[in-house]
Amino acid sequence: MGIRTWIGEWPVYRQLTGPDPLGRGSAAVSRRTKRLRPRTDNAERVVQSVCPYCAVGCGQQVYVKDEKVVQIEGDPASPISRGRLCPKGSATLQLTTGSARRHEVLYRRPYTTDWEPLDLETAMDMVADRVVETRRRTWEWEKDGLRTARTLGIASLGGATLDNEENYLIKKLFTGLGVVQVENQARVCHSSTVAGLGTSFGRGGATTFMQDLQYADCIVIQGSNYAEAHPVGFQWVMEAKRRGARVIHVDPRFTRTSALADLHVPIRAGSDIAFLGAVINHVLTEEKDFREYVLAYTNAASIVDEDFRDTEDLDGVFSGLDEDGHHYDPRSWQYEGVQVQAPAGDVDEQYEQKTRGSGHAESHGSGGPRTSARPPRDETLTHPRCVYQILKRHYARYTPELVEETCGIPRATFLRVCEALTANSGRERTSAFVYAVGWTQHSTGSQYIRAACVLQLLLGNIGRPGGGIQALRGHASIQGSSDIPTLYNLLPGYLPMPHAHAHENLDAFVEASRTDKGFWGDMRAYFVSLLKAYYGDAATADNDFCFDHLPRLTGSHATYDTVMAQLDGVCEGYFLMGENPAVGSANTRLQRLGMANLTWLVVRDFSLIESATWWKDGPETETGELRTEDIGTEVFFFPAAAHTEKSGSFTNTNRWLQWHHAAVEPQGDARSDLWFTYHLGRRIKERLAGSADPMDRPVQDLTWDYPVDGPLREPVAAHVLAEINGHGPDGAPLSAYTELKDDGSTRCGCWIYCGVYADGINHAARRTPHTEQDHVAADWAWAWPANRRILYNRASAAPDGTPWSERKAYVWWDEDAGIWTGHDVPDFVPDRAPDYVPPDGTTGPDALRGDDPFIMQADGKGWLYAPAGLEDGPLPTHYEPQDSPFPNALYPSTARSPVRQLLPREGNRYHPSGDEPGAEVYPYIVTTHRLTEHFTAGGMSRWSTHLSELQPEFFCELSPQLAAERGLKHGGWATIITARNAVEARVLVTERLTPLTVHGRTVHQIGLPFHWGPNGISTGDAANELMAIALDPNAHIQEDKALTADIRPGRRPRGPALPRLVAEYRRRAGITATTGTETRK
Amino acid sequence: MTDRNLLSGPEPEPARDAGHPEPSERVGFFTDTSVCIGCKACEVACKEWNAIPEDGMALSGMSYDNTQGLGASTWRHVAFIEQRVPAPEGRTELPLANSAAQAADAAPDQGDLRWLMSSDVCKHCTHAACLDVCPTGSLFRTEFGTVVVQEDICNGCGYCVPACPYGVIEQRPDDGRAFKCTLCYDRLGAGQEPACAKACPTESIQFGPLDELRERAALRVDQLHEQGVEEARLYGHDPADGVGGDGAFFLLLDRPEVYGLPPDPVVTTRDLPAMWKHAGTAALSLAGGIALAFALAGRTKGAR
Repeated sequence: MGIRTWIGEWPVYRQLTGPDPLGRGSAAVSRRTKRLRPRTDNAERVVQSVCPYCAVGCGQQVYVKDEKVVQIEGDPASPISRGRLCPKGSATLQLTTGSARRHEVLYRRPYTTDWEPLDLETAMDMVADRVVETRRRTWEWEKDGLRTARTLGIASLGGATLDNEENYLIKKLFTGLGVVQVENQARVCHSSTVAGLGTSFGRGGATTFMQDLQYADCIVIQGSNYAEAHPVGFQWVMEAKRRGARVIHVDPRFTRTSALADLHVPIRAGSDIAFLGAVINHVLTEEKDFREYVLAYTNAASIVDEDFRDTEDLDGVFSGLDEDGHHYDPRSWQYEGVQVQAPAGDVDEQYEQKTRGSGHAESHGSGGPRTSARPPRDETLTHPRCVYQILKRHYARYTPELVEETCGIPRATFLRVCEALTANSGRERTSAFVYAVGWTQHSTGSQYIRAACVLQLLLGNIGRPGGGIQALRGHASIQGSSDIPTLYNLLPGYLPMPHAHAHENLDAFVEASRTDKGFWGDMRAYFVSLLKAYYGDAATADNDFCFDHLPRLTGSHATYDTVMAQLDGVCEGYFLMGENPAVGSANTRLQRLGMANLTWLVVRDFSLIESATWWKDGPETETGELRTEDIGTEVFFFPAAAHTEKSGSFTNTNRWLQWHHAAVEPQGDARSDLWFTYHLGRRIKERLAGSADPMDRPVQDLTWDYPVDGPLREPVAAHVLAEINGHGPDGAPLSAYTELKDDGSTRCGCWIYCGVYADGINHAARRTPHTEQDHVAADWAWAWPANRRILYNRASAAPDGTPWSERKAYVWWDEDAGIWTGHDVPDFVPDRAPDYVPPDGTTGPDALRGDDPFIMQADGKGWLYAPAGLEDGPLPTHYEPQDSPFPNALYPSTARSPVRQLLPREGNRYHPSGDEPGAEVYPYIVTTHRLTEHFTAGGMSRWSTHLSELQPEFFCELSPQLAAERGLKHGGWATIITARNAVEARVLVTERLTPLTVHGRTVHQIGLPFHWGPNGISTGDAANELMAIALDPNAHIQEDKALTADIRPGRRPRGPALPRLVAEYRRRAGITATTGTETRK
Repeated sequence: MTDRNLLSGPEPEPARDAGHPEPSERVGFFTDTSVCIGCKACEVACKEWNAIPEDGMALSGMSYDNTQGLGASTWRHVAFIEQRVPAPEGRTELPLANSAAQAADAAPDQGDLRWLMSSDVCKHCTHAACLDVCPTGSLFRTEFGTVVVQEDICNGCGYCVPACPYGVIEQRPDDGRAFKCTLCYDRLGAGQEPACAKACPTESIQFGPLDELRERAALRVDQLHEQGVEEARLYGHDPADGVGGDGAFFLLLDRPEVYGLPPDPVVTTRDLPAMWKHAGTAALSLAGGIALAFALAGRTKGAR
């Protein structure tokens, strides 16, 4: 450095000689400042990715330098997120590169008190040995004389945070092994969505995509805290608002969503069907339904069997109730003239018994229930047994007065909602509904969704722009883990898992599932193609394509049944793949006690979550119920790879598959779940290769030849996606599911995803920026089915094929070209004329009329009334939650759903409700919720300082009135108690919680965010300690959005005093083994 | 010193006045709190980009605001104001055209609860007292017209802290140096927008040339007024205000005090020229007096 330069760089010299005499600008610039460059500028590469938190699916750009991720930001090209990220998405760098992540395998030997290190290869071998041994020891060829070919000794949980490809391999491997208890977060979050939407429309996914909300004229957000749980998706509500749309939020709490809405309607948690039923009644009595739409596209005109009896006729139950058996025989609900096979003989009857309540409803995720293709109709809608009239009678008593009495909503407020909705629906205008787990997590969750479906069909809002029902999903690929299910009752593409049945073969199975009309009529082709993808050349026409390799179900094997199986010692080995039931599932104490009864447990996660450490420091070791030295469970902890360290696809809440590319290799022992599953399967197959035991044959036949890549021998995810997409006889990728054959010549791992790898191109990786296409963004990623973005979009045109209105034109019939065209891929037979009437005798897609927009439904129509498919009735009916402070105002003798699924046992007791003695012991309503700053059970947020400092502690929200009533101090502590457990939380007194007047008296509601647990940076009790396992019979989803509890000031007792307090409450309430379990009064 | 007053009043080109011969357009933030959803993405995006440490794990009990204010380790802060106010108010009851329901039920019983959210940040004042008082040249005016602390220069003297009329800048206890928002100076240099503005899900935080932002903000206020949100107003947009206008200004739905913002901030160095003048006069008088005293004394001596 020359002296001249040296002097020249001296700030005083620069100040005196330069243009900055005050020395406050250019003269003051330091050497470091001069050299400053953003670290994104120096990155060697930028990798396209997708946010791993919720299911909005925001695009991310991952900046890599020196093989390290240095920054993660929003991808401005994404039509979904437009470059934006919420606090969680913004914290992804800390999530993936922070110090909270573990990088070494840990092993806990039975009865020991601490972890020990274990090398990855040894650990993999040990797990493979455990699987082989447990499987062999617990193998079950038959149950009660019926072939089951399975093991109940092993279970798996988790998949919603994983890639589609990972879910595919997990389900394939476990199914091959005969493991049926395969479940994931979709069970506890949105399983009732599939049952509700699927039986109404024929598909179980959201009918629309978030960006289309901007064209809605009115948006009702109910059962969702959209702004908090899906902040980046909420920008589309803000866009709609900017365009003048009316935004209504119906929610027990005034949340950040309410703050931005035009109207917030506080509602008593658990009373939404009464509310929606009253809106339906309003629409019907005021004749505000979109009559042309309703007549042409719904089953309003269809005539129902004369044996059907409504809840209005039978004081709260439908015809067919078996009170002792706690279930319905749904045959009388059918359309007139439908012959439902009656059980013939003992075996059949036994089969009916066995399959009851085993998740059939969820198998309508892409294919409706069986019924008549052409039921008798009354076009005048006056026949007393037509659906329209049945609907009118069913909802006649759902009045504004009932809403006031049951929901605590003043009549005037209720009518404002009705008027906003009806004024913004019809030819020229459309309204959208948005919901999330505030609706799904109820003992009647499926019917909550159904109620919205009925309403949206009556208003003519399905299949149209600015309309529809958006089911906001909460995990990055929870839609994908439903579509390619890690769920016990489903195979990929919502094909049902077979049930044990002595007479069952492939043909009988297919005949029992498929519809005669529509695309579900070709279900055999989808199923055979899946068996070919699973079992390859071993699957032939002669052996029913290895149909008998599939293990069989006998009733429900959902996650809560698995917990019971663990407590009963039936289930001995458990895989947790990115799910944290020790704090995330209902009745967490039973979850942990179940795990304490296992022989072995495998936990795969980023950090040492509660489900990995309960044996060491769980709440039961503190209360003395468990002693670490007495727990025999062998625990393996495997560190998981992050989304930046593996390639694969997430399916977001829009049903869009978005590919994320690996940016770097995972460090240490961290591996992808694809790696884990593939190499575990490889090891197991090696161990069983020489076996002559017939139980090992399905494993031997399972195709498992995936190419591996790189130093870690990572399976090539794109190869798995190609298998999911499917291959034709020539080995070339298939383009559409219509190419699938039922003769074994095609292979396809998930028929609804067929086309994602058309022409050998990974369409999930398509990234044409939103600035270069319209809002439908057909060239960004790929949507199932067939890249259709709004489902049932044939209904966006009038029956004659012209748009309902210029303003709402979306898909229409091009007369000259003889095809359907428009802004989206038509969700219809492309060249079927609007006036087409199929000749008699046609079946499958050929049987669809030109005005049958619901192409997966047996009759081509949207179902106002569900003549089949659901366990708890053809029409949504108001029932009280399992634990409720109130009796049922509509049906005094049937307070709760008569067929709700209960699992009563020690530790899972129910409360007295309504006017039953003891109900006053738990006088308040509790509802659980999310916060923007945290994620689900906290595994991806409680270890982050960026997120934890924003919401550092577990708290309860309650009104000033309740605080006064119970002496609770703002900022102090409260203890909340149910029959299951008690938790402590800091008190947040806020007017955002308002007491409601229900049944003439004041009721208080308490909000509990469910993100906490004892581990991590931000710790606290888990709200799920309080929950009962009380389930929706269609989908086995738990009721944790409405329950009762007591609250009192102060912290909860420690040690054995805690269970004593809970027991004391049970004693005071007079709770016995049968409390709350009766079918009806 | 130049002949112009560079310490207060309107100053169209602070960057040029700070010796940047060809400054970029002055850029800044327009934070439209009427669309803020209180998600705090701005806080996290800022921390992630600038590698800012944790700032305390205490539950404040102040609504959902656990950050509690701007500081050395919090450069964006979302305020949550939860209150019942007399109607009309601006958040939950925006009346819409052609709404029969609105007229039918003009005084809904829930309408008076509001939950305001607002993302606060360093104002990057036209007249930045922090920078005026900085004795080391650590704080400087950038070519974008923003105000930035240079971590390699700051010696932790802390003069800037009481100088800020908004209470933004703060010393980090375990470090001693002062820190605050840099408006992502490093990113601006590469043509990128600040991390908070990029992340903001609802465009509540808008980044751009200040002139453009001021136009956009004026239109937005008009729009809200048309919708009946009469309390909507801009804050910090006016070049004639006590700090010469802020580089980061806001659309608020109520008086600034409601958000914890000073209603009429004044650059604490506004009176510096006058003070120097007075001090100079005083010094001159003093010197004159002394000289006079000596002169008089000399004369007396001489006369003795």
